[in-house]
Amino acid sequence: MTTTSDGEQKTVGRLLAAKDIVIACGPGGVGKTTTAASLAATAVVEQGGRVLVLTVDPARRLADALGLKGIGNDEVRITDDVFAEAAAHPRGELWAAMLDTKQSWDDLIRTHAPDDETCQQILANPLYQNISGRFVQSHDYIAMERLYQIHCEGKYDLIVVDTPPTRNALDFLDAPQRMADFFSSRLLRWLIVPYRSRLVNVASRPFYQVADRILGTQFLADISEFFILFQSMYSGFIERAEAVTRLLSDRRTTFIVVSTLEATPVREAEFFSSELTARKLHLGAIVLNKVLPEYLRDPNADKLAQSMQARAAELTDGLTEDPAVAARVVDEVAESFLNFGVVARREAEQQAELKGAPDVLVTVPFYDADIYDMSGLLRLGAQVWG
Amino acid sequence: MAGPPDLLDLRLVFVTGKGGVGKTTVAAGLSQLAAEHGKRVLVCEVDAKGDVTSLFEASPTDFTPREIAPGIWSMSMDTEASLREYLKLHLRIPVVGRIGPLAKAFDFVATAAPGVREILTVGKLCWEVREAHYDIVVVDAPASGHIIGQLAAPQAINDLVKVGLIRGQTDWMLDILSDPRQTGLVAVCTPEEMPVNETLELVTRVREETTVRMSAVIVNRVLPELFSLREEKVFEQLREPEVEAMLSERAGGTVTPVLEAARLAVTLRRTRSVHLQRLQAGLPEGLPVLLLPYLFARSFGARTTRQVAYALGEELGL
Repeated sequence: MTTTSDGEQKTVGRLLAAKDIVIACGPGGVGKTTTAASLAATAVVEQGGRVLVLTVDPARRLADALGLKGIGNDEVRITDDVFAEAAAHPRGELWAAMLDTKQSWDDLIRTHAPDDETCQQILANPLYQNISGRFVQSHDYIAMERLYQIHCEGKYDLIVVDTPPTRNALDFLDAPQRMADFFSSRLLRWLIVPYRSRLVNVASRPFYQVADRILGTQFLADISEFFILFQSMYSGFIERAEAVTRLLSDRRTTFIVVSTLEATPVREAEFFSSELTARKLHLGAIVLNKVLPEYLRDPNADKLAQSMQARAAELTDGLTEDPAVAARVVDEVAESFLNFGVVARREAEQQAELKGAPDVLVTVPFYDADIYDMSGLLRLGAQVWG
Repeated sequence: MAGPPDLLDLRLVFVTGKGGVGKTTVAAGLSQLAAEHGKRVLVCEVDAKGDVTSLFEASPTDFTPREIAPGIWSMSMDTEASLREYLKLHLRIPVVGRIGPLAKAFDFVATAAPGVREILTVGKLCWEVREAHYDIVVVDAPASGHIIGQLAAPQAINDLVKVGLIRGQTDWMLDILSDPRQTGLVAVCTPEEMPVNETLELVTRVREETTVRMSAVIVNRVLPELFSLREEKVFEQLREPEVEAMLSERAGGTVTPVLEAARLAVTLRRTRSVHLQRLQAGLPEGLPVLLLPYLFARSFGARTTRQVAYALGEELGL
């Protein structure tokens, strides 16, 4: 951890105090959702204000414990008695919302559709239903779109976003731009022209011949209908997507990369960090979860464990009623220590190699129990906060 | 009721699971095991991260399969290359010179019409099965959140596209995917809360939304049980302050970290076994659950791949 020019130590807590939007991102399965929830809860306790965590899919047990069962797109306040159960005193309000992709898309269409008829036609179009329901990349876009919407409403002092699992951790960064590109594409106009004017020009004829053969005319007609309907919303959509892109690079937005020290996640986290920097986005911190305790790497303990294994019988002689069992236990214990030591050293190596590390790098120990309630979140938060 | 066919007798195995649970490790181990049993294996990486080949100490492969270990060929999915092959082989459309703009157009349509891109992936895999260049095709598939879309793609296309050449192509793919003697899905998870939830959800969705059969659930990173009940009592005795002090004195150094590490191992194992039990209770009867040990390894490569293959073989009774 480094210090600023005025000698203050940089911590996650300070980072959050200075930002409006925190986006937790990184590879899958590293505790991103829990970390995001824990940052939001800790911010409420430590700093106060109105804090929202926009999450994708929290563990059921955690959602239940926070009283979030069955919440959807609407923001729900986490009551003070949830904090009280954890013996904590919130100085502000904690709110949570889950991302319902389908509903968010429908809302978006309702906002941008020029009239009710167009709106209904789009909502009923089979292609639209496919995009909003099944189209994986649309999650990425809609998460950022929801963030923008909530941000514009201006109800919160801090918004913590848990990013959806993506094939590529970067997808959601590109999503708004891709959405803008998609709707402003020349190809799109190409597709629509013949069905609008019934005139196929020379340039697009080969494309139609092939497309007709591959996809069938009906399908092309469906696509065209969809795009013609959508055209009425193009400018609104493109403008919106660009605004979302701008928000991501805003000074008030920061990214926190969450990972573990396992080989694959750490490589992804590294790639992610360097991409954020390359895109001039603010990489605020890296949080490393489930890190094995340092004592496992202690060379003295390692030597001791080796000698304990060799001298198990002698060491336990007369210590307990059953010397044979005691010797076996010491052997097992030492063996287990050496095993975990291998993993701990591998992880430490990986951490040292973590390139492009930001000012704040936090490690969180391997908890021996799952985090499933407010006190668990605050315990994790205290570790990360600094 | 007859159980599912043996994993290695399948022709097409999709390996999926929540991000970070070790899908690729299992896909590599399964390929290694199949090769050790004399099969010609094609292992296909759909997300193209190049991790499969590194688990065999080989350099990354592209769309053209290359033998990376004895009996194991590897390829990475590439939808544009797949489109090129598709047009040439199935539709006999001579577009070699104009593939660029066409691919772009196709890419565009694929963005709007989900399933089009997925069909190219699944289509290529099914084609490899039909052509029978290999005995078994192992797919390092997308994470469980995305696999449904991929497996359901032929059906989705069938629903969306009523006529046309693509429509005629989906029927034989569905035949392969729906045949439990040929195609199976393996879900990988770890004994932790979210991976177990996601696996249980996946199993339900696979049954309801696809025609593919689940073959097995593989639980990765299962920690060893350190002690028997009797041993655990003795362990607690050793941790009593006077006993621990005496042990330290005899060992010539403080044994606290060594004992503490064992306590961590025991509690970790215990928390995890709750999730393992929850998994087993939630899965349909007859679906095999295979356990793979946590590997205390310095690095992941050919050596660990062999260890995984060995452990899988043991679990499958081979």
